[in-house]
Amino acid sequence: MFAEFMIRAFLSGLGVAILTGILGCFVIWRRMVYFGDALSHAAILGVVGAIALNVSVYFGVIALALILSVLLFTLTSRIQEADVILGVFAQTGLALGLIGASIWGRGLSIEAILFGDILAVGWRDIIFIWIGVAVILGIVLWRWSNWITATLGDDLAASVGVNAKHESFYLAALLAIVVGLALKIVGALLITALLIIPAATARRFTSTPEMMAVLSVGFGSAASAIGLWAAYVFDWPAGPSMVATAAVFFGISQLRNAV
Amino acid sequence: MTDLISLNSVTIGYDSKIVLRDVDLTVKRGEIITIVGPNGSGKTSMMRALIGALVPTTGSVSRSKSLRVGYVPQKLNVDHSFPITVRRFLSVPKRAKVEKISETAALVGIHDILDQQISTLSGGQFQRALLARAIIDTPALLLLDEPTQGLDQNGAARFYQLIAELKAKLDCAIVLVSHDLHVVMSASDRVICLNGHICCEGTPSVVSSAPEYRALFGTGTQGVLALYQHQHDHLHDETCSHDH
Repeated sequence: MFAEFMIRAFLSGLGVAILTGILGCFVIWRRMVYFGDALSHAAILGVVGAIALNVSVYFGVIALALILSVLLFTLTSRIQEADVILGVFAQTGLALGLIGASIWGRGLSIEAILFGDILAVGWRDIIFIWIGVAVILGIVLWRWSNWITATLGDDLAASVGVNAKHESFYLAALLAIVVGLALKIVGALLITALLIIPAATARRFTSTPEMMAVLSVGFGSAASAIGLWAAYVFDWPAGPSMVATAAVFFGISQLRNAV
Repeated sequence: MTDLISLNSVTIGYDSKIVLRDVDLTVKRGEIITIVGPNGSGKTSMMRALIGALVPTTGSVSRSKSLRVGYVPQKLNVDHSFPITVRRFLSVPKRAKVEKISETAALVGIHDILDQQISTLSGGQFQRALLARAIIDTPALLLLDEPTQGLDQNGAARFYQLIAELKAKLDCAIVLVSHDLHVVMSASDRVICLNGHICCEGTPSVVSSAPEYRALFGTGTQGVLALYQHQHDHLHDETCSHDH
């Protein structure tokens, strides 16, 4: 029988897979991969900041990620090179985070921040994550039609009364929250993997955006469960095992296409 | 006739460059307006003002209450990573009824490609899919941005023919932007020539049955195309004037 910490790990892994599975589809469709990367790297600064200010790590990470997505949006609409700005923010956030960690983060494990520590997840974390799942799923369902329309083009969206710029911002803010919730589980370096790999796998088998989102959640959940099981059995690190399992699914899906 | 939408002395500028100056345009119920102009003449900006994608720098856009607009964009960002069938696309932005989908698909002639991915369609099929989506909610105003770009002359003629048929069935007004300065849809009630401002306005002259015209437009276009004779009473000081 699995130990209780494994049950907690499964529950939190499932919650994160649901969130990253759905948001990951938009990350792929709207070419936001680099944006997700920048958010998660800079989120390290949020962890350290939360410790320094003695507030909840979730609060610190989500607040920082939200501030960052506002900044990115206001800057990239005025300045051309979005990828340059993203790169500056990502690496600066990482650097400041590591400096901060050396000042305030006594006993703080950098490895846990970078790669996550799903086996140390407590019931409080699980409650946070599942509240996040409920709220974010509600918002996604509410905005779904608008987001699909905005993904097809700004002018098409405008013609039916949807402001694509606003919708992009809501989407970015939601992505920031998901990064914040997932940071403790898979770590800053591997969040992007959980956003893009299950969604990219699902693309092969689907013909509508709705099917892709559902299947992406399916692949993400399976990868997180099998990855955790492998981590338990072979004593591998948990987050990387989940990502590696997702990558195996992706590889098989590509083979299917080639045959 | 009631006014559906009007541009009231609209000027549009980006940064310090003005692309459209002091344009007045009123679209009335059921009329077909073709807007022609060379590249950079402000056609796209005018279209974007009509659909509400941009707010004019000065002037205003007034629409009749609860005006339903069907918009056929010039292109769409459907890349291969975004799975969407023609059937699903017809439910953008809101879910369309099954009967409505088959009815519209039959009208536009895309019933056999409803389950194909948008990203795999040919140019003509793609234009029809865009058109089907735009008319599925029975708009009072149909806006088309260079819908025949990328189609050959026969393809364009067939597309205009389809628009004329739809117009009769749907009883909607149509505003059509075209980069072709001289050949327009013959059903146009008005042709507006744009070049930073409204250069001239008139009606198309129906293409005669003279053999040289037939040769020019190919066969089988069945009088759906017409010539537009520009009558400019002014000269442009810049080099933007086009050949007449």
